[in-house]
Amino acid sequence: LSPQAHDLQELRRSASLATKVFVQRDYNDGTLCQFQTKFPLELDSRLERQLFEETVKTLNGFYTEAEKIGGSSYLEGCLACATAYFIFLCMETHYEKVLKKISKYIQEQNEQVYAPRGLLLTDPVERGMRVIEISIYEDRCGSTSSGSTSSGGGGGR
Amino acid sequence: MSVMVVRKKAMRKWEKLPGRNTFCCDGRIMMARQKGIFYLTLFLILGTCALFFAFECRYLAVQLSPAIPVFAVVLFLFAMAMLLRTSFSDPGVIPRALPDEAAFIEMEIEATNGTVPQGQRPPPRIKNFQINNQIVKLKYCYTCKIFRPPRASHCSICDNCVERFDHHCPWVGNCVGKRNYRYFYLFILSLSLLTIYIFTFNIVYVALKSMKIGFLNTLKETPGTVLEVLICFFTLWSVVGLTGFHTFLVALNQTTNEDIKGAWTGKNRVQNPYSHGNIVKNCCEVLCGPLPPSVLDRRGILQQEDSSAQGENSTRGPSTQEPSTPEKSSTQEPSAAQVLGAQVVGSIREGSSSPTRQSAVPMLPLSPTGMPEEAQPSAVELPAQSWEDGPTEH
Repeated sequence: LSPQAHDLQELRRSASLATKVFVQRDYNDGTLCQFQTKFPLELDSRLERQLFEETVKTLNGFYTEAEKIGGSSYLEGCLACATAYFIFLCMETHYEKVLKKISKYIQEQNEQVYAPRGLLLTDPVERGMRVIEISIYEDRCGSTSSGSTSSGGGGGR
Repeated sequence: MSVMVVRKKAMRKWEKLPGRNTFCCDGRIMMARQKGIFYLTLFLILGTCALFFAFECRYLAVQLSPAIPVFAVVLFLFAMAMLLRTSFSDPGVIPRALPDEAAFIEMEIEATNGTVPQGQRPPPRIKNFQINNQIVKLKYCYTCKIFRPPRASHCSICDNCVERFDHHCPWVGNCVGKRNYRYFYLFILSLSLLTIYIFTFNIVYVALKSMKIGFLNTLKETPGTVLEVLICFFTLWSVVGLTGFHTFLVALNQTTNEDIKGAWTGKNRVQNPYSHGNIVKNCCEVLCGPLPPSVLDRRGILQQEDSSAQGENSTRGPSTQEPSTPEKSSTQEPSAAQVLGAQVVGSIREGSSSPTRQSAVPMLPLSPTGMPEEAQPSAVELPAQSWEDGPTEH
């Protein structure tokens, strides 16, 4: 087991869901999918502002890339129209490709940044692209260290 | 949830989705509940084209050119493909807020407005944003418990919030929104061309044949021609007009909903902040822009707490890197992947355990476009979503 996954196991054994924070959409650029970079106060004690802002800004960058209107998207649109959109039976849209990248990124962020701090990011696509849901887990045993054996429930490593 | 001892088929999320939609082919197809007028549309198009191919085409192919039926077939197939695509796809439904999210938003609203004493009317739930130097108000949807994104509207017929809501079209049996507007536009465009084509060649046929055997004899030989001409004549006025109207909307990057409400009429110096100012750019964006995938996960498996090991944990996109393991109801050594999955399970269960009730089926107005209505502040209960088995394969 990688040390990070092991940390998560330890955490889940001894943690329970305390609360959830929802980062809302930012509509200042129109209907494009962007999220607010305002730091939620509930995370103040758990997470550095910088890390949070970086995550949200990267996600926003991905969504901008997905919804980019330019030569390649027009080409895709016209080609699809010419084939009466049957081409999407065998081809993925550009948007779907970027969504896959976003999933991977969120997975990474969870493993490297959020889970060690007792937090969990949910992919916005699972919430209808309305919010980024951040679940805050409280450590029942009181220790927030990573890698040390906490006493909750039996079990060896 | 009732305990099922024998599970023949895993339950998919579409079976528990709120809203008044019908799902067919195990969630692949999504339509409004009222489908009668859609069947009429199908019947008219198929019937008219069948008559055209059976009678006029045979004569015209020989007398004039075989290209005539070929082109008609191409147009017909394209129009049908666009119709089915419009009718069967997700128009851009915004899934309802899960209870946690709804509670969070309520808290935020109360924090902004302050708690209202009993009996007093609460202030309207509105958020303001500035888009392109224009103040845009976001309204709160009481049914979906979300602040509607700009240009989204709640369709009272389907009981869903739809992004970039255009209108609810009974002729295609679905809402027209962000995800299927271009199919709708291409449908009415190709239908207009098809109608004009059939109408023209019917006239040509009658003219040619009348020269040989006389007008009345022609009509006696192929009585279908009269029917076709009548249908095409009435269709022309409505569909061609509608195509013109939508071309105008596309050029200005407006929706039918905004046009009807006069959102960007220009009074008070209000202008459409979504328009690029350039007709070509607007057309390109609306018709050839990127196509967002459906966020309404219809075919995901609903995890049951006491299901036998199904193994599948299909949420949207690959949210797990590790191989999927059977979901356990208790927290026995969950791995990161299972926690991520369990998170979704918890939310789904919360979302699907809301009380349901039978809702009255609304009567549809028989007009070319349905008038969208704003959501009324309603009780917390979500209306029941009933479904029927689809008659045909897609």
